[in-house]
Amino acid sequence: MHELAIAQSLLQILEEEALAHGAKRVTRVKVRVGVLSGVIPEALRFAFEVASRGGVAEGADLEIEEVPLRIRCGACGGEFEDGGPFLVCPRCGREAELLSGRELEIESMEIEDGGQGS
Amino acid sequence: MEVKVVRDILEVNEVIAQENQRVFSERGIYVLNLMGSPGTGKTTLLERTLERLRERWKVGVIEGDIATSQDAERIARHGVPTVQINTGGACHLDGNMIRGALGELDLEGLDLLVVENVGNLVCPAEFRIGEDDKVMILSVTEGEDKPLKYPLMFQVSSALLLNKMDLLPYVDFDLERFRQYALKVNPRLEIMEISCKTGEGLDRWVQWLEGRISKKRG
Repeated sequence: MHELAIAQSLLQILEEEALAHGAKRVTRVKVRVGVLSGVIPEALRFAFEVASRGGVAEGADLEIEEVPLRIRCGACGGEFEDGGPFLVCPRCGREAELLSGRELEIESMEIEDGGQGS
Repeated sequence: MEVKVVRDILEVNEVIAQENQRVFSERGIYVLNLMGSPGTGKTTLLERTLERLRERWKVGVIEGDIATSQDAERIARHGVPTVQINTGGACHLDGNMIRGALGELDLEGLDLLVVENVGNLVCPAEFRIGEDDKVMILSVTEGEDKPLKYPLMFQVSSALLLNKMDLLPYVDFDLERFRQYALKVNPRLEIMEISCKTGEGLDRWVQWLEGRISKKRG
């Protein structure tokens, strides 16, 4: 249930960016969410819908890209995807480094400008 | 018009967490973020820890709960300065809530600040508050599969206290399998078996903690 806090942080960024770009409305937002974040896309969508009311991103489409977990072994250099939430190499058993899966980031937004040019 | 905006959604929290960390580090205060499920024994662990530490170190506590100040009252009885944060529904503490609580806590002379997070195995893992370490506590009654179900919590923790070891004979908790799962999820996790009831393992835990405090005090 941390989706509401995440939606509120996202909206704060959208308000700032909309202002910086002279946008009147934000109509679409693309975010990337790593599988490790524990964010449930449906819950985030719902929280976004509720929290965006009355703001610049009200009614915007929220596009959520789920980023799989990828690791690279520090010893054998092997790279593995979606093998479970493990930081251990499935081949040689040594410690692996996380390449992706913890993302919680905004990628882009679609805006309607406020008529002052862009 | 599409605009590229590559920003971390939780960057605002991250900035505040770093500011908090600076405030703590300037004073040499070691900050522990204690996390775990409701009922796992966070407050009891804290009480047992305070009994062992308070002669040697000056400790402050921030208690995070959705509602009530029962935990803060329990801790304050041990004679340590305690601030209660009621999140009013939120399932975790964040940097801003800690910043707000600092106004009520005298940091002068503190060696250790323990922040007891809201009971939850998911949300607190995602929000930094300015801590040096996250430590989680899990009890054997919760089952050995938890590292697989809540991996992030195990990955962001430096140490894991496996509590209620005195109940092990009465529950179906596969200790060996648990260790395998936990160390696969986080190979660097320091696992300590404890019982707040019998005192088992608490000396080792306190030793670990004092090592961290001493290092921060310099």
